[in-house]
Amino acid sequence: MSNKLEIKNLNVSIGDKQILKDFSLTVPKGEVHAIMGPNGTGKSTLAKAIAGHPDYEVTSGEVIVDGESIMDMEADERSRAGLFLAFQYPMEIPGVTIANFIRAALNARLPEDEELNAPDYYKSLYAKMDMLKIDRKFTARSVNDGFSGGEKKRCEILQMAMLEPKYAVLDETDSGLDIDALKIVAEGVNSMRGPNLGALVITHYQRLLDYIIPDVVHVMYDGRIVKSGPKELALELESRGYEWVKELAGEVAAS
Amino acid sequence: MVTPNSEIEVDREKGNFRFTESHKFDAGIGLSEKVIDYICDVKEEDQWIRDFRKRALKVFESKPMPTNWATKDLENIDFNKIRYYLSGGNRASKTWDDVPDDVKQTFERLGIPENERKFLAGVEAQFDSEAAYSNIKESVGKQGVIFVGSTEGLMKHPEIFKKWFGKVIPTGDNKFSALNSAVFSGGSFIYVPPGVKVSHPLQAYFRINAENFGQFERTLIIADEGSEVTYMEGCTAPKFDTATLHSAVVELVAMPGAKIEYVTVQNWSSNVFNLVTKRAIAHEGATVKWIDCNIGSRLTMKYPGVVLKGKKARGEVLSIALANDGQHQDTGAKMIHAADETTSNIISKSISVGKGRSTYRGQVHMPKNLKGCKNNTECDALLISENSRTDTYPAITVRGNKNAVQHEASVSKVSAEQIFYMQQRGLSEGEAMSLSVNGFVNDLTRQFPMEYSVELKRLIELEMEGSVG
Repeated sequence: MSNKLEIKNLNVSIGDKQILKDFSLTVPKGEVHAIMGPNGTGKSTLAKAIAGHPDYEVTSGEVIVDGESIMDMEADERSRAGLFLAFQYPMEIPGVTIANFIRAALNARLPEDEELNAPDYYKSLYAKMDMLKIDRKFTARSVNDGFSGGEKKRCEILQMAMLEPKYAVLDETDSGLDIDALKIVAEGVNSMRGPNLGALVITHYQRLLDYIIPDVVHVMYDGRIVKSGPKELALELESRGYEWVKELAGEVAAS
Repeated sequence: MVTPNSEIEVDREKGNFRFTESHKFDAGIGLSEKVIDYICDVKEEDQWIRDFRKRALKVFESKPMPTNWATKDLENIDFNKIRYYLSGGNRASKTWDDVPDDVKQTFERLGIPENERKFLAGVEAQFDSEAAYSNIKESVGKQGVIFVGSTEGLMKHPEIFKKWFGKVIPTGDNKFSALNSAVFSGGSFIYVPPGVKVSHPLQAYFRINAENFGQFERTLIIADEGSEVTYMEGCTAPKFDTATLHSAVVELVAMPGAKIEYVTVQNWSSNVFNLVTKRAIAHEGATVKWIDCNIGSRLTMKYPGVVLKGKKARGEVLSIALANDGQHQDTGAKMIHAADETTSNIISKSISVGKGRSTYRGQVHMPKNLKGCKNNTECDALLISENSRTDTYPAITVRGNKNAVQHEASVSKVSAEQIFYMQQRGLSEGEAMSLSVNGFVNDLTRQFPMEYSVELKRLIELEMEGSVG
């Protein structure tokens, strides 16, 4: 079995507008890859398309998780196959507590006649909340309802920690975070790093990558990757600016 | 669990199964004085009740359908095609062993005997027109609490029964209260003596088994001074292609300082017209709380009310309605303030799924001469899809300047993005929807008796899972 998340020649449209153009990328398990690029270049579309959002039409191409294509799967099946998306804008679910929501998500992964052991569940939930410096009282609060930006992002990472995905896509997880919250979120993600997780960190700024140090950095522009390289590429991009990306894109298109 | 019997038609929905009919008494199809005579003869009723029924029939015939304000779907009820009285001819048993097998199996499948053992003070189980089982725990009976069917109530306790029967809801209140008054059968009669607090709920379960049938139970509950009682009712019917009619009248009387809590969780199949009149009188310092959960049916019209007759009386209606594809839940509440310092609270939550439609109608009445009265009304609607519909018709009449009324209404939608978010965590579309719906009603169901909030949550899950393709 191949241990990687493969995105192969993915073409994605919203309505008649093509956003992703023959996009290809491979994230081996155990590695953290970063995707950087200017706004409107298709980063969030990539995240939603991988997760199976019904509004994003995949016209051709494939996403393969550990050798198995997930293209025919609904969003929930993809999740249960081990794919997690930390949302840029997490949704509010009034009346549904964090504890109940995560428990329902975990129960959805169990065979029909099995239920989660409640004491074990709370023990694990509390441990992970402590790590992310989330007040334990939050278990009784409705998911993201009235949360600050930083609280929402920490709640995303808490869900990720509880669901233990094989591959996680983190979409602009740093947006809306102050430096302290950013450090906490990064620590949370770093604690999950290891041979059992492959992560794709999508970000507009290099700042997050000071704390979650990627193995590979990809630069994205106009629906495709225009340059890949080691972590230093993020710094180069920061100093040369996104104008440089346009030049790179010109070269890719010409080649 | 009961082993499936070849005579039973089973469906995934809990209530959707039925036994073949074997009725000793059948009043035939259609409504006439003859039908009333038949019912009176079978029940061996006194002349006064026969006269009462016949007068009610005339009122029913003279009243037009309320289609000037309610849905035209009412016109699809064909009163000439309905059977008005069906019974096996057995008296209600006091032990389940004496209940006929098919009826016993029905209630076992619905979990009634099990609930009785676990947490109920008394149970009455009605099958079509008559109760098949009626029993009250010995300890509760010894306190002087009466819990019997309506027929037994009017025969054995006429001195209490006659005093209140038809007084809270007069025959001519509306077309369907008149119909019920003409052909009523079954339902509960409860009397709680002064100061007695019934610690566990009394439960009635109404089951329709027959096709083309109308169930017209009549319930009268009297809580005497300073007493307390909780009554719960559940209802189911199998799904037929033809229309079934359920038209109950429920009258509650809370004497000074008494407390009545009346809980309904109905789960009618989608062919049932459910047209019910429920009202209470609350005397000085008394509290009446209606908890009303309406799931299923083709059309439900029900507006539980409290007449706040004595000083400092309090009335509450907490209701949840779920209208699925092809269903219309037309529900609400009435609060009639008739004394100083009376308070009322209405919280209504409705959910419309697919082409389902929910309507809230509220009436709050505070006349000019009163002071210190308060009402709080909140109605929240949740829409699940583009085609769902919700309407709110609040009618608040407040005169004078010494009273306070507060009204809030909201409409929200479960968005596709919300469902996608939950699906991304591994929940199926159906699970995601039922979780959001349960979240929407959560702050209300927390106030319900535990057993019923669990039951309600399960029913919502079943409805929502069934609503996605």
